[in-house]
Amino acid sequence: MSGRRDWSTRARVAASWGLDRGARFSLSPARRDRLISVASPLLLMVLWEVCARVGVIDVRFFPAPTTILKTLLNLVQSGELWTHTRASLQRLFWGFLVGGVPALFIGIAMGLSRPLRAAIDPLIAATYPIPKSAILPLILLIFGLGEASKIAMVAIGMFYPICINAVTGVLEINKIYLDVAKNFRATRWQMFRTVALPGALPFIMSGVKLGVGMGHILIAIAEMIGAKSGLGYMIWNAWEILSVETMYVGLLTIAVIGYIFSLAINELERWIIPWKADR
Amino acid sequence: MAETFKIRIRNLRKEFRTKGRVVTAVDDVSIDIEPGSFFMIVGPSGCGKTSLLRMVAGLDAPTGGSIEIGHGGQERPENSMVFQGESIFPWMTVWDNAAYGLTLRGLPAAQIREVVGHYLDRTGLTKFSGAYPHQLSGGMKQRVSIARAFANDPEVLLMDEPFSALDEQNKTLLQEELLRIWEEHKKTVLFITHSVDEAVTLGDRIMVMTAHPGRTKAIIDVPFARPRSVLELRAQPEYGALVYRIWEQLREEVQLARDEAESVGVPS
Repeated sequence: MSGRRDWSTRARVAASWGLDRGARFSLSPARRDRLISVASPLLLMVLWEVCARVGVIDVRFFPAPTTILKTLLNLVQSGELWTHTRASLQRLFWGFLVGGVPALFIGIAMGLSRPLRAAIDPLIAATYPIPKSAILPLILLIFGLGEASKIAMVAIGMFYPICINAVTGVLEINKIYLDVAKNFRATRWQMFRTVALPGALPFIMSGVKLGVGMGHILIAIAEMIGAKSGLGYMIWNAWEILSVETMYVGLLTIAVIGYIFSLAINELERWIIPWKADR
Repeated sequence: MAETFKIRIRNLRKEFRTKGRVVTAVDDVSIDIEPGSFFMIVGPSGCGKTSLLRMVAGLDAPTGGSIEIGHGGQERPENSMVFQGESIFPWMTVWDNAAYGLTLRGLPAAQIREVVGHYLDRTGLTKFSGAYPHQLSGGMKQRVSIARAFANDPEVLLMDEPFSALDEQNKTLLQEELLRIWEEHKKTVLFITHSVDEAVTLGDRIMVMTAHPGRTKAIIDVPFARPRSVLELRAQPEYGALVYRIWEQLREEVQLARDEAESVGVPS
């Protein structure tokens, strides 16, 4: 009997101690983590700034964040940054349209049709491992120095991940759904629209994320050669005139665009794949 | 209609070729199913009953024999199937799932609204019509599948062990509901199951299939009057006697199927 009471007392003590502790440190682990992840880059910035001012790091290579910010404001005011950003965004958009949209249809068609898969799969498997940056000279040769070559680079970068993911997405669809569509006498187009496309969407969206990332890399590379506008050009030009701050502004802008894109795609995903939302 | 059958199956045969070996799944099955009757096929797992149903559904081609389905002459789809396991589309709401067949056929929106509304009501799904399948329980999902097949208004309904994944209580509830909905129009149903209880509860006639290859072992009439109440029916001594009789037929086959699986080394 006394032993039992002992236990329950101990449990009570433990419980009250736990409560106390909870009251003293009211941060939940999730909030604490978020705080840390906001604080750490800020801390790094401050450290960078201090080191630059004190002269610990070479400001020719690592200009102080405040100097970069000043350059950023100048470039925004002169409209230069927007001109370049717009040029890059336009190329990304057309590249997506030319490369990503056909990739979607070809990928789904390949997923649905064995003969088509047998015909196109080896082509994709053989050309996919070629580094896309390595075909830039060929692209310049074919499409010239104008817009077309930049759009082609982005399009190629977008095509592969979206196409490959669309194929996988369709192949991963449970066979029973195709049987249902067949049993309900769906036409080819209805099969595509009501089963293959929605069923493959989760994979396709992963492909779009990868494709947009790839497009980002390739547009920067493509704009460094033979372009007169775009963020890639801005960065390359900054190197040529040794304006290191402008280079950092370019890098920062590309990073911010990439981040906004990934947020936007996640939001889009939630909107077009509602059946996965709260899973 | 002068026809005496709704589904006529003659000498149906299905062979599969796997690794150079020919496996006969269905062998020389002939059945006549009367219009408006509930026909059950019961057999051990792997006896080829699903193969048979898939051929009737037009999903697989027979190796030999013929299947005829009587057509009432109206613009009505030949068959709709309630599949085993999860077959409703995760990317469609309950409503869109139930409306699937009608939407594909391009019927007027008002008619779709009326029919789908009716069957969602009959299956108790009205207030879930905007929900996605992942928000539903297993029993609810099968209700959607049943509503989808009924709403399509086919000549015959095909059911492939639709309740086999459900727990006992849900199974009984859904059997009750199925009988109630079926009473409205008395469509011809071909229903596959491995459960003798289910066969006796729902069916007008029961075909017992042999194991491997699937052949007709016996066809048994179920004498119980309709409309039936599942629980009341099961309380009758005649019910138990009939279940026992069918079990006698089936036991041998189940044993055979198991021995065979063991000798081939297939985990059962």
